[in-house]
Amino acid sequence: MTETLHATRLVVNGVAHTLHVPARRLLADALRHDLGLTGTHLGCEHGVCGACTVLVDGEPMRSCLMFAVSADGAEITTTEGCRAPDGGLGPVQQAFTECHGLQCGFCTPGFVTTITAYLRENPLPTEAEAREAIGGNLCRCTGYQNIVKSVLRAAELVAPEAAVAPQAGGGLSEGPR
Amino acid sequence: MFEYHRPTSVGDALAVLADVGADGKVLAGGQSLVPVLNMRLAAPGHLVDINRLAELAYVRTEPAGVRVGALARHAHVERDEQAYAAVPLLRRALICVAHPTIRNRGTTVGSIVHADPSGEAPAVLTLLDGEMELASVGGRRTVPAAEFFIAPLESSLRAGELAVSAYFPRPPARSGTAWREVSRRHGDYALCGVGVLITLDDDLRVAAARAAFISLGPTPVLVDLADAVAGRPFDAVDWGAAAALVRGQVEPEDDIHATAAYRRHLAGVLTARAGADAAREAAA
Repeated sequence: MTETLHATRLVVNGVAHTLHVPARRLLADALRHDLGLTGTHLGCEHGVCGACTVLVDGEPMRSCLMFAVSADGAEITTTEGCRAPDGGLGPVQQAFTECHGLQCGFCTPGFVTTITAYLRENPLPTEAEAREAIGGNLCRCTGYQNIVKSVLRAAELVAPEAAVAPQAGGGLSEGPR
Repeated sequence: MFEYHRPTSVGDALAVLADVGADGKVLAGGQSLVPVLNMRLAAPGHLVDINRLAELAYVRTEPAGVRVGALARHAHVERDEQAYAAVPLLRRALICVAHPTIRNRGTTVGSIVHADPSGEAPAVLTLLDGEMELASVGGRRTVPAAEFFIAPLESSLRAGELAVSAYFPRPPARSGTAWREVSRRHGDYALCGVGVLITLDDDLRVAAARAAFISLGPTPVLVDLADAVAGRPFDAVDWGAAAALVRGQVEPEDDIHATAAYRRHLAGVLTARAGADAAREAAA
């Protein structure tokens, strides 16, 4: 049986691609195999570990739980797209380096994308908020302490002036959670 | 291998679903379906991707309640301020669904149709006496929550039907709601979870009280708490009696994560905590 191929347009890290993929091709596999962007890692393949997290139109999503064809027309950002404009380390990647936020590095791409998106909405997380932000990503090496530090350091690097401003109220925010 | 369909209107989607019948499966957020496919636990012949049905990507707050379209992501529902004002339990329960990354893609209606007994959305729909709007080429029908959930992962949705929306009624005046759950790690499936709805009378005494539990049975488990708490002032309710009533009525089972006895214990404790919160909110 010959599989039907579907023309799928993806803008990945700012570059437009048209892929011809079977419908069952996961977005993660399309990124890795069709586009050679092996920074996105597949751990559990059922949405638990978070290693495959990429940004779909700016929102973190599991690329192992989406078919590439279903993302037709979307803008995707992978960890490769979280670099600095000059090609060097982006702020979240730089923070992981400085804080020893990775050991084997397998889970790191999912943390980098997740944290990059998180800091856009919450540029000044408290430590508790930083911990909550990475709750959907598993790491089996670090014990998370240095990843939490990396989130806070990344916030400083993204918005150095905002990060030194006093935080109103401090502590945990009261709310539905 | 499945054949992939990507309709661009509800009418087209219903035509495809009618055509493929029981061999078709609707793909919305896919946060439950795709793992099942990845693990080869299901192999539908046709996948009907409804992610282009923008007409279903809504959260609509009406005087009597909140209507959630089939393509509204959990994140959309939980952040909608009007929906929160009308039915605060929606946000309170949905923020317990997995992690934000999953909620960015997963849909609330999809979660209900998935009918996982540990799902939060089915219990909220059950507690509030909500209903599902189901469409097919033959027309539309409305199914109350009490008739929608049949068994684990089984609803009364028929082959060829698309769940187009879920309706969550606004609780009556002088009502309060609360959600509590316990999971081994935040974001995991709950060992036990409960939503409580309390309604007070003009003298701030409990007029009605009910609880809906997750992870305690094959479908959301609804327990009427009135026998234990009705008639008591909102701040002098014997929540221990409510907990005892719950422990006597629920029939959890053992599994690898928790014993039946522990789940029964949790059901009582969480009812007392959620009940007290809901009663306070009802009086406020």
